Amino acid sequence: MSLLVGVAQFAPALGDIDKNLRLIEERVERARREGVDLLVFPELALTGYTLKDMAPTVAQRLDSPMLQKIAKASVGMSIVVGFVEESADYRFYNSVAYFEDGDIRHVHRKVYLPTYGMFEETRYLAAGDRIQAFDTRHGRMAMLICEDMWHPSAPFVASQDGCEVLIGVASSPARGVQEDDDVYSAKAWHALNHVYAHFFGQYVVFANRVGFEDGVAYWGGSEIIGPGGEVVARAPQLEEHLLTGSISSQRVRRARIISPLLRDERLDITMRELTRIQAERMQ
Amino acid sequence: MATPNAATPPTPLPSGDALLLNPDRAIPILHGFIANEVRKVGMSSVVVNLSGGIDSAVSTVLAARALGPENVLALMLPYETSHPDSLADAEELVEQLGIQSLTITISEQVDPYFSKFPDMTTLRRANKMARERMTILYDHSQAFSGLPLGTSNKTELLLGYGTIFGDMASALNPIGDLYKMQVWQIARDIGVPAKIVDKPPTADLWPGQTDENELGFAYADVDLLLYHMVDERYSRPELIEAGFDETFVDDVARRVRGSQFKRRLPLIAKLSTRTISTDFRYPRDWGI
Repeated sequence: MSLLVGVAQFAPALGDIDKNLRLIEERVERARREGVDLLVFPELALTGYTLKDMAPTVAQRLDSPMLQKIAKASVGMSIVVGFVEESADYRFYNSVAYFEDGDIRHVHRKVYLPTYGMFEETRYLAAGDRIQAFDTRHGRMAMLICEDMWHPSAPFVASQDGCEVLIGVASSPARGVQEDDDVYSAKAWHALNHVYAHFFGQYVVFANRVGFEDGVAYWGGSEIIGPGGEVVARAPQLEEHLLTGSISSQRVRRARIISPLLRDERLDITMRELTRIQAERMQ
Repeated sequence: MATPNAATPPTPLPSGDALLLNPDRAIPILHGFIANEVRKVGMSSVVVNLSGGIDSAVSTVLAARALGPENVLALMLPYETSHPDSLADAEELVEQLGIQSLTITISEQVDPYFSKFPDMTTLRRANKMARERMTILYDHSQAFSGLPLGTSNKTELLLGYGTIFGDMASALNPIGDLYKMQVWQIARDIGVPAKIVDKPPTADLWPGQTDENELGFAYADVDLLLYHMVDERYSRPELIEAGFDETFVDDVARRVRGSQFKRRLPLIAKLSTRTISTDFRYPRDWGI
């Protein structure tokens, strides 16, 4: 694996999927010209975030013409796009799809739907129930969506499933502006991305959006973090940007030689203790 | 954890530093907020009631920076008892920013109404003036094709220290999540003239009125209390343990609860399965 990863940090138009498809296609073409091998868009890039009762209206079946268009564009350059997925039994998921060579290689449905403070996702969306890594032409990857990354168990599972690249897509709002150098949400994300990259010995590709919805700013700051915790590339905050960075399996290999944490992971202990904790909670 | 008792000295209040903001983080968000939410609805301008006080000065400077001075119309709407410095300070800011402005005295509009009710309380008169100014703001919103810009800060919104459908009315409010102490900080950072920053805050609805006299406490104190109560979610015992006076805590909590109606849309009697704002839920940015 050796490739140029791109992150399309942009501002989707809320609820306007036709416009967003155009915005996505424009960015796909630009990234293709720049030689990007894998282009990652943020969470709900096709729809915008604050959908509320619009969620069913903008939802896509996996065989929808709109997703097929994106799939077609993925010949020669893999594309990751977030959207609202409608299942066969009419549930609506906050999903992200990995498009490759004209097909959908993998879909991740957001497991952890934040419903507290300013967030109210469980009111409108169904929760996913799987966290799985998957093979691509560029190696083994996993995808998580925003709040999934705030539960360290989710990246842990993805890591144990063998991913070398963890793709985290987000619609993270700027919240908690205080005296510090950075807003609370940005500080939290940089810390998470750093820890997951460094201590799972993998790349983290974090794609966050920008723009405003209902007065809420999305802060951007997308980044690619290397398996030693180093910043490979980081986008500016609050503005659109096409971020690119090179990643390689050799770097993952070296990091795992230097810090063989993954080798030493004791899944048996973790499983046993979690099973015990679960049993005790059921009592 | 220490529990206060007769032997322990009074707990010092938490530091006011908790309210400090990093202007390099806050101001780009506020500029982006104004530019984005105005342009999203196909407009390019705002209209703002500029009183000569600090809140409207901060909103106006932010808008002038975000949209360009030519896209800001400041309305100066004095009443005959308004302090002459208020208008003079507002005019100076208009000149400094190079924004458009109009001065309309509201005395001719409100005095005939006041004369019908000679026993009107000061509060009624103040509310009437605030709502009169609101009608002028919204009229010029139409005439100037600009969105009405809000000037209420977080402290007064939480305390209900404003007139519903009066000065609390706007289409977008860049300072509604800033406590008064934070408005002061931002004001200094964005170059609001010192005489506006330094004068005692007042609604200027009658001669000699000041916010802090009328409220009965200082902004520095109430902001620190509100910050811990609202943002940091301290419980009542935790606030008292942190050093806030019990009566002060209860008084402020009562004001916040008692003014909730001012921060919400009117109640709608539910009959159908989809009632506006109850279970008909769309973002404000729906369809734009």
